[in-house]
Amino acid sequence: MGWIVGIAKEIWGLFVDDIGLAIASLIWVAIVWLGARWLGQAAGPALFAGLATILLTSAFRRAGQ
Amino acid sequence: MIDFAHAGPPALAAFLASTVEFVEAATIVLAVGGVRGWRDTLFGAAAAVGVLALLTAILGPALALIPLQVAQIVVGILLLLFGLRWLRKAILRAAGVLALHDEAAAYAKERELMLELGGRGAGFDAIAFGAAFQICMLEGTEVVFIVIAVSAGGAGLMLPASIGALAAFVLVTAAGFILHAPMSRVPENTLKFIVGVILSGFGAFWVGEGIGVAWPGQDLSIVALVAGFGLLSLAAVPISRMRARRAVEARA
Repeated sequence: MGWIVGIAKEIWGLFVDDIGLAIASLIWVAIVWLGARWLGQAAGPALFAGLATILLTSAFRRAGQ
Repeated sequence: MIDFAHAGPPALAAFLASTVEFVEAATIVLAVGGVRGWRDTLFGAAAAVGVLALLTAILGPALALIPLQVAQIVVGILLLLFGLRWLRKAILRAAGVLALHDEAAAYAKERELMLELGGRGAGFDAIAFGAAFQICMLEGTEVVFIVIAVSAGGAGLMLPASIGALAAFVLVTAAGFILHAPMSRVPENTLKFIVGVILSGFGAFWVGEGIGVAWPGQDLSIVALVAGFGLLSLAAVPISRMRARRAVEARA
């Protein structure tokens, strides 16, 4: 059973290292999803800009600790 | 028939990402086999590959039944989280904030553990089998996910992604047999950086497709996304290094 728990932990670890990064990314995707109709052609750049900002914020926060 | 422009990026992403995973598995298999003998170690590794092949054969066709839009959202989100996580770690490692992954140290640690466990008889060595099986299942599961994830964007991408992963498997296995030592010269963080950038770009694109984003230039947006994540991440390395130095100075 140990290896099953190990694999489960490993799979979780595949996606989540900084929980704040994961949650913020999901929230931003949801915001763009809700606003896609109004954003029109700007939805794609908005999705990228938000995700990039979240990534950099997470990295800089960790670096500054 | 799928063209190279569509098949190339998933194949390359699967190859690079799988290389990292296979190198990590090979390090442990080499350490276990070197201490406890090769027969049961390789048997354990082969058993894991067999189980993974069986799971893939069962789950692969089932995934094809999921509507493309749902697959793009779910796999795109997983790919995005996976890519951003790798990219963040690669930025911090390149900046010196986190230590680089050391294959030689992992090899030495596993060898020490195997020597401590001792008691190898003439018969079946459950420790060697178990250790090789576990690491190959762990890293192999990640490879299966990577292949599924990078090929989720369209029909026909599974084959090039699988070929990419298979090429990585053949390359790392051959290197392991020839070198009989951990592949510590593989530039793992550089590979993770590149793969993180590619996966983040693909993940953002497919999530966008799934939630109804009208990408300017359609598929060409992937190139722009990958370039954008790449350039910003490269710029983030010196900034992270500077922030880490300031934090150290502030504490001193």
